[in-house]
This record gives sequence, C-alpha cells and structure tokens, in this order.
Amino acid sequence: MTQLIALFKAGIMFGTVILYGSTGEIVTEKSGNLNLGVPGIMYLGGIAGLTGVFFYERSTPDPNKLVCVLIALLCAFIASLLGGLIYSVLTISLRANQNVTGLTLTIFAAGLSNFFGGSLNKLAGGVGQISVSNTSAAFRASLPFAQNLPPLLSMLLGYGFMVYLAVAMAFLVNWFINRTSVGLNLRAVGENPGTADAAGINVTRYKYLATCIGAGISGLGGLYYVMDYTKGTWDSDGGIERLGWLAVALVIFSSWKSRRSIWGAYLFGMLSWLYFYIPDLTRRSMELFKMLPYLVTVIVLVVVSLRRKRENQPPAGLGLPYFREER
Amino acid sequence: METGKAIRMMDITKTFGEVVANDKVCLDIHPGEILALLGENGSGKTTLMNMLSGIYLPEGGQICINDHPQVIRCPKDAFCLGIGMIHQHFKLVDVLTAAENIVLGLNEHKLVDLKNVRVQVKQICDRYGFVVDPDKKVYDMSVSEKQTLEIVKVLYRGADVLILDEPTAVLTPQETAKLFTVMRNMKADGKSLVIITHKLHEVMEISDRVAVLRKGRFIGDIATKDTNPQQLTDMMVGRAVSLNIDRPQPINPVERLVVKDVTVLDSDGVKRLDNVSFTAYGGEILGIAGITGSGQRELLECIAGLARVEKGGSIRFLPPEGKEEELVGKNPLDIYKLGVGLAFVPEDRFGMGLVGSMDLTDNVMLRSYKNGKSMFADRKTPRALAQKIVKELEVVTPSLTIPLRRLSGGNVQKVLVGREIAGKPSLMMSAYAVRGLDINTSYTIYHLLNKQKEEGAAVIYVGEDLDVLLELCDRILVLCAGKVSAVVDGRTARKEEVGLLMTHLGEEATA
Amino acid sequence: MNREPNAREPFVRVSKRGVAIPMWKAFGIRGIALVASLVICSILIYGIVKLNPLKVFAAMFEGAFGTNKRMWVMIRDMMMLLCISVGLAPAFKMRFWNIGAEGQILVGGIASAACMIYLGKTISTIPLMIIMLVFSTLAGGLWGLIPGLFKARWKTNETLFTLMMNYIAIQITAYFVAMWENPIGSNTVGVINSKTKVGWFPEVFGQAYGLNVILVLALAIGMFIYLRYSKQGYEIAVVGESENTARYAAINVGKVIVRTMFISGALCGIAGFLAVSGASHTISASTAGGRGFTAIIVAWLAKFNSFVMILISALIVFLDKGAIEIASRFNLNNHVSSMLTGIILFFILGSEFFINYQVHFRSGKHKEVQA
Repeated sequence: MTQLIALFKAGIMFGTVILYGSTGEIVTEKSGNLNLGVPGIMYLGGIAGLTGVFFYERSTPDPNKLVCVLIALLCAFIASLLGGLIYSVLTISLRANQNVTGLTLTIFAAGLSNFFGGSLNKLAGGVGQISVSNTSAAFRASLPFAQNLPPLLSMLLGYGFMVYLAVAMAFLVNWFINRTSVGLNLRAVGENPGTADAAGINVTRYKYLATCIGAGISGLGGLYYVMDYTKGTWDSDGGIERLGWLAVALVIFSSWKSRRSIWGAYLFGMLSWLYFYIPDLTRRSMELFKMLPYLVTVIVLVVVSLRRKRENQPPAGLGLPYFREER
Repeated sequence: METGKAIRMMDITKTFGEVVANDKVCLDIHPGEILALLGENGSGKTTLMNMLSGIYLPEGGQICINDHPQVIRCPKDAFCLGIGMIHQHFKLVDVLTAAENIVLGLNEHKLVDLKNVRVQVKQICDRYGFVVDPDKKVYDMSVSEKQTLEIVKVLYRGADVLILDEPTAVLTPQETAKLFTVMRNMKADGKSLVIITHKLHEVMEISDRVAVLRKGRFIGDIATKDTNPQQLTDMMVGRAVSLNIDRPQPINPVERLVVKDVTVLDSDGVKRLDNVSFTAYGGEILGIAGITGSGQRELLECIAGLARVEKGGSIRFLPPEGKEEELVGKNPLDIYKLGVGLAFVPEDRFGMGLVGSMDLTDNVMLRSYKNGKSMFADRKTPRALAQKIVKELEVVTPSLTIPLRRLSGGNVQKVLVGREIAGKPSLMMSAYAVRGLDINTSYTIYHLLNKQKEEGAAVIYVGEDLDVLLELCDRILVLCAGKVSAVVDGRTARKEEVGLLMTHLGEEATA
Repeated sequence: MNREPNAREPFVRVSKRGVAIPMWKAFGIRGIALVASLVICSILIYGIVKLNPLKVFAAMFEGAFGTNKRMWVMIRDMMMLLCISVGLAPAFKMRFWNIGAEGQILVGGIASAACMIYLGKTISTIPLMIIMLVFSTLAGGLWGLIPGLFKARWKTNETLFTLMMNYIAIQITAYFVAMWENPIGSNTVGVINSKTKVGWFPEVFGQAYGLNVILVLALAIGMFIYLRYSKQGYEIAVVGESENTARYAAINVGKVIVRTMFISGALCGIAGFLAVSGASHTISASTAGGRGFTAIIVAWLAKFNSFVMILISALIVFLDKGAIEIASRFNLNNHVSSMLTGIILFFILGSEFFINYQVHFRSGKHKEVQA
C-alpha cells in the first residue's frame, strides 16, 4: 500500500512536468504550429529559473521565499518564451519548416542549458551542489493547510503549489480556448488561417502570441522538474528531454483537449516509475520496464489512428505555413 | 452611412512574380448599384477585388473611398470601411458552427456571446429573406447554405459594399434565381454590390452597369441597358469569337464502358454514388452534368480504380481489341497492367494529375515511367514526348526543365491533357477540363476531345457550364445527389430541363 | 466598427519570387547567413571566455585539424553523420518524418555488438564483418519498417511513432549493456574483443578509418543515383509530393512507404555498425549521441542531395570538434558545441527564406502620394 502511494506520488510529480509541457503545446498547436522544440523549451525554463534564483540566493544572506519563487517563475517563463520566439520568427516570419526548426531548437536549447547548468555546477563546487535550498524548499513545501495529513489525503493534497497550478492551468486553457472570443479566433487560425485572415484576424499575431505563451507554459514544466525532482540542482542526463517528448505525445493522446491531458499526464508519469515499484526486478528487466511509457504512447498513437473521429482530429492547418499572397 | 459609398480605384497594379495580374486598372463603384465585373478567367477580376477586400496589397495606384485616399492593408481595414467580400472558395471554418463563424474575429475582448448573435442573425435574415441555422456546423452544410452564411457574415459586420466572386458557379439555376432576389433586396436597401462573373446572361439579368477586364487591363464600362451580349463578348475577348463548339456526328458507336449498379461510399460511410448505371460508347462524348459534389468525382475515380465500389456493382470495359475486362476490384496498377488505354484528366490538377514541383519531362513520364524492365527510369522518350506536346499544343514555357507549378493554368492543363492523349486512349475521362482556362485554351481542349471522339475513343466529359455541355456532348448524364437523374440527348435537351434534373430526380421532375 | 484605417502602407511586404534566383546568389545568401551566425557565436564565446574570437577560431581549427589523428577522427565522425543523413534522405524526400534514426542506429549497433561478442571467437574478421553488416542492416531496416507499416496501413503519425521508437531502442540497449557488462559492475560493455580485434574495421591504406570513408561514400553516391535516376526514386518523389497523384499514377503508396522506410532504417543500421565496429568498438545507450537528430537537419538543408550533405556534415562536425577543443582548453563543458551548432543551423534555416521570397520595404514614392 505504501508502495502504491509512493508510485502515485512519483507519478504525479513526473505527470506535472509533462502536463505543463503538453498544456503549453496545446496552445501552440491550436494556432497551427507544431513545435517539436518543447523538450528544448523545458530545458530553457529549468535552467533560467535555476540560474535566476542561484544568483539571488547568493547575493542576499537571507533570501525571501516568495521572492525566490517569483524570480524562478519569471525567469523560467521569460526564457521559455524567448525560445518560442526563436521558433516563431523562423517558422512564421521566415517560413522555415516547423519540424526541422523545432528539432534544431531542441538541440540548441539542450546544449545551452546543459552548458550553463554545467557551469553553475562548477560555480557551486560540483554536481548536485547548486545551493538554492530556499527556493527548492519553497517549491516542494506542501500547501499551508495540507501539512501533516494522513497518507491517503496527502496523496491528493501533499504536493508543492506547482502541481495544482498545472491542473488549474490546464482548466484555464480549456476555458480560454472554448469560451472566449480570442480562443475562438485562435481555433480558427489553426483550422483555416486563410479564413481567419479574411475574417480580420491578425493571423501572424495570433500565431506568435500562441506559440510564445505556449512555450512559456511548457517551460514551467522544466522549472518544476529542476526545483522539485532534482531539488534545485542541475543534472545533464537528458531527463527533461525524455519528459518533453512525452509531453508532445500527450497532446495527441488527449486529442488537443487540455482537460483530457490531466489524467493522461499522471498516467504517463506513473508508467515512468512503475519499474521502481515492481518487486524483485533485476537491473536488466528494469531497463525493459522503463520503456513502458514510450510503448504505451506508441499503442495510443496506433489506436488513435485506427478510430478517426472528427472531434479527435488535429487542427486542420497544423504544420502548414501560411502566406496570404500564396497562389 | 445609409447612402452607400463611392469607391474609386485608380491605376491599380499587381504582379505575381512575372505575371502582371492587374495593369493600371481604374474602376468606380457607385453607391446603390449592382456592378458586374466581367472578364474571362485569368483576366484579373478576382485579384482586383481581393485588393479592395484587403487580401492583396496593390503594388501601384490608389484607392479612394468617398474621395479620401485609403490603404487597405488587411481584411479588417476593409470591414472598417464597410467592404465585404464573398469569396468563391468560402472562407469558413468547417468545425465551427454558423454563429461562431459569423463572430469570428470580432470583439476580441469578450467572451463568446452566441445568444446575442442569434438575435442579430435572425434580424438580418428576416430583412433580406435568408434562412440560416446558427447552430449548424459548417461541415454539415450544403454549398448554398454556406454561401448564404457568407453573405450573412458580411452583413453582420456592417458591410454596405458587397463583392460576390462568381457566386453562381456552384448553384443550380433555381438557387441562382433566389440569390438574385436577395441581391435586389440588398440594393433596394441602399447597398452597393459587385458581382464577378463571366456569364453574360447573368450580367444582363442582374446588373445595372458592367465593367470589363481583359488580360489584367480595364477595357471599359457601360450601363447594362445600353449594351447587349454580343458587344460584351467583343469587349471581353477582344475580337468576335464564334460561340459554336464543333460537334461531329458520332461514327459507328460501340459499347465501350458498361457501368451497372455502382455504389460508392465515402470515408464517413455516406453514399456518394447510389446505384448508378449507364453505358458509354466509343465515338461519342458523354457529358456528366450536376451540381458540384453530386458524385462526379467518385464516378470517375471508381472507373479509374481510385475509389472502392460496393458489392454488387460492375464496371465492364470493352476495349476495341482484346477481351472484355471487369474493372471493379482492380486498382490503378492492375488497370495499368491490362494496358487498355484508360486516360483520366482529373479535376485536381496538382493534387492528382500532376506534380507541381517536377519539370515537364518528369510529369510526362508519370503514367509511363514503369515501362521497360530496367531498374532505372527512361527519361529520353518522355523528354521527346514533352517536346512534342509543347510544340503541338503550343504550351508557353521557357524550358522543359521548369517546375510545372510555375506555368499558367492553361499551359498546365495542356501538358496534362497532352500526356493523357499520348497514350492513345480508348476511354478518355475528363473532369472540369476547362475550369479556370481562357476561351482560347478551352477551345483547344474541346477540339482535342472531339479528335479523340473521331478516333473512336469513348469520351466522358464532366462539366459545370451547361452551355458548353449542351454544345459539346452527344448525350448528357445528369447526376443528382449521387443518383442518375436522367440521360438526355445533347442535341435536343433544353438548359432549363437539365437544370431542373440537377436538383430533382427525373421522375419527380416530370411528376 | 467605423474606425478609419490608418492611411499607411505596411513597412515590409513579402512576395514569392517569380523566377528562381541564380545559384551563385543563393549560395551567397547562405554564405552571408553562415558568416552572420559565426559572428554571433564569436560574440557569445567572447562573452564567456573573454578571448579574442580569432584566437578562438584558430583553436577550433586546431581542434579539428591540428594533428593527423584529430583529422581522421573528424573524418570518421563526418562519415558517421553523412551515413545517417544519406539514410534519412529517401524517407524525408517521401515526406515521411523519420525522427527515429537514433533508435535505428542503436539496434544496428546492438546487432553488430552481438555478432562481435557471440561469433568473435569462432569466425575470423572478414566473414564476420559481412555477417555484421547484414544483421545491422536488417535490424535497422526492421526498426524503420515498423512505423512505416503503421503509416502505410493506418496513417499513424510517424513523427511521434519514430520518436518513441528511439526511447524503446535506448532501453533495449540499456538491457543489453546490463547483460554484456564487462567488467561486472561497471555498467558498460567495455571495448569488445580488445585483444583479438576481431570484428574491428581493418586498416585500409594504412588508415584505421579508411574503410569507413569508402563504405559511406559508396552509400552516398549510390543514394544519389537511386533517388535521381531509378524508378523507385521517382516513386518516392511522387509519393512525397502527393499521395493522390501517386495512386493516380498506379503507384502502390503503401508499398513505397514500407520499402523506403526499410531502406532508410537499414542505412541508419549500417551507421550503427560503423559506430560499433568502425569507431568505438563498444556499445552504450549514447552510441547514437543525438546524431540521428542532427542528420535530419543535414538532410533537409541539403535538399536530399548527397554531395551537399557531405559539405554540411563536414561543417557541423568541424564545429563540434572545434567547440569541444575550446571547451577543454578553457575549462568549459562539451555542451557548448550543440549550442553553437544550433545557432548556426538557425541562421541557415532562416536564410532559405531570402532565397525563396523577396522582401520589399515601403518606398519613399508612396509616402509622397499620401502626404
């Protein structure tokens, strides 16, 4: 039973990283941009947040926790947004291929983040030594009213605030896309940019904004990973990248509905940790169990392609560039 | 506001790459009139109006509205000036409802308030006599419903200048009549309307004034009551052309294709063709008439092996030499292997018949690249054939190695038809073979089809222009919602009769 | 609703070029982009190490070409990247987004390593090499075939499918690494057959990596001919442009997809063989090392032309080696190389726009009219 609870908790943790990534990517894809740079953007969010608070905590003897959290969130959001901006300039203004640009962004951002992460480690005196203890503690502290709960309740309420922020964000995005005029316009841009344009919607602006804000949201996943899972240190083992790709896959899994991606994210998170909680596995078979989330994603992809339902289809303009004067 | 707007376009120039689409065009639109913008396909009518509606930006010239110079940079600018355009290819988002499409792009700061929209839509509909269901999804709508929605959408945005780009191309004669009534209502309400068309009888029927474009230039304008179709034709094509299309008598027609009880479903399981039976004869042209989307596409595709025929159907093919073949259950590769000479000019030129990014030679070898046993493709023979097509069909191209997409529509179609004819077909199918072509190229195509007919091929011609169908074809099969409405004699049928058959099945029409 | 729009033309206007611009101009634009990206890189490097950028570039050159050995290592890595790019070319020409080269390389590598470990004692090098080549080709091919089959049959999204196959392959590799661990507890396979050197590429012309060069160049030229002159190459091009056109032209689209993906995966599998037998003589989960992703960009930028791919892979590997040299000299870490590569690729990707489109700025003449 404790094992199961531990699995559940670990799953929520990874799931939250994935959920940020996929919520952001849903906003992006609704505008017709398929951004394969999500893993890179999550890297950016992670490293920027970490760097920001690292220097803050170094500079003051008594760092304020709220300021720490705000700096981390702001740095992560802005850096990821800039990553989205690079992608937007290349694909929207310069009409480069979306897939290639996204992959390049991932290569670039992974390099950049691991480079700075490595340098930070050196500054701090070795791997695992970055001391942002205040911030990490603030991120990992459970909500004020939820301390000292019985295990079953703490399973639901015993996490840092970013877990709940992710869920709230997913609901917010869902409401925004379906209920607001801007959301309606955004859907139109992704479905049929020519029509949206003729209706007086500034397609370029919508694509830019959706892609950049989407990237900003995705980047928070990286921040959460760094602050909660690696407890405020930097580890260049590619963990963020793996979760980033799962986030891209989750968008299809949830058929572009951010509400649906909530439980999907937790499912993927738990699958990632299953190997750890199955008793008596040899190291070899552990490695095989680690492929579960990817295997499940493949199966989901196949199942989705088998039953092609109209409401589960991607935005019709996904992946295509838009140029008004194309003839 | 209620007096309408005077629009003056002066010296408007627009080029696409090397092609000059509009060359110093001047055009006035007066308040409260219906102006017909007349010209052949490719004469620059749509381009000109797209600049008024903010889709394109002019490269030279000036647009004045009520004597104030304006730059219309985007569609939104156009709305603000009260200009709305109903495009030929509807600008609607399929997965959204009618009401959602109507409010698209408006009130960016608010929540979607569909209740209010419904009320206003109802008001507009009542005023001019439309019917629109605000909660219907666009993908469930018929073509004429979509068009109505487009008009309502433009009116909702407060347009008092409406531009309609070939609105009747997709409508039946009955629906056209209804549209014209609505247009007159709007004019009576003080709106100005521009109708882009190349159909003379519509110009005479609906417009107050006609402006004519030819090859991107403004030729002149004239009050409709002071002109006649002959004069307009002269203005439109530059010289008098005989409107008569040749129609030689069929010589010794033989059964070539016997289609029996063919049903085709689309991917959603909807019947696109319903129990269709007919026979095509060698040495005749069989026309296929019908509203766009009545099953024409599926009909040709199932003969070519591209669409699956449901159980019970049969398509027997009787080549001039050799034995009879059943085509149902065969894919294009099987049919190629039979070597029966089946040529197909599909509706979607670059989406199916040709490859836009490849050059002429590579396009010409599309049907024949498999010939020969070598692992490598022979490019010599296709190159010679491409040269021959360029020469004989007068294809205007700088070289054989230019990507086909860079050629104009007429030249592209000549390459496609030339290639299909080169295979000496015994059955020649063509879908909308003259769509988007100028009159001269259209006549070239008619001539080529007639030549195939004289050489004994069975020709199937799917067309949209009833006048052409009635002048070119020996027999006309009328499709209505996937069913055969009737087969009529092309020499005796009347246009109204065919129009009626397109909307009602044969029995109902006579009943 | 009746806001009067601003009577001003937009500042920039973009139109598609009517005629393709001449070759020298196109290369000029790419050259400018490359120089611009190098300037950005040197500013960045200067910001980090506070060193004269020219000296930094000199160091990069030394890192790549400094010694005979470095030069050959660079050539070896370039051949590896080229081999993967050549493998990806047919898939991408068919517009099949094979993001799965990493996995295809790994399974090819596993096959090679398995042959070396299990057959190394009984079979001599030359026949063993042939067996390894066959098995790594088959392994990579089958790994590519799986997403191909699903795409052909059910139109399953291949981008994510191939991507996920990478991670599955990584875990399978980890499984075998655990199985072949040597010495026990090291969590690595160690150099296979380090004493006997069975299954290692033999020296050709006195060069350890001579065979790599011969093999990969042969594949590159073969792929060039295959794509440009063969019937199958023509089919790939047609399918890539439009599936409807392909079906119309009596091409069995599914068959072409499956066949092409087998070829694509097989070549990546050979890259795995190169990596194991021709370079590192070991296998680990990082044997592919992200090159499967870089190769996508190489193939795309080269528009699938083998000879252009040689140039681009040379450039990228040079950057990589140079950046690693800087990193070790100035006590930075190796990730700086992906960062620099990323910047340069961004610029080259962006430069394609100026080759295909024309940009007009608002001219003074129009302003006068409005004034």
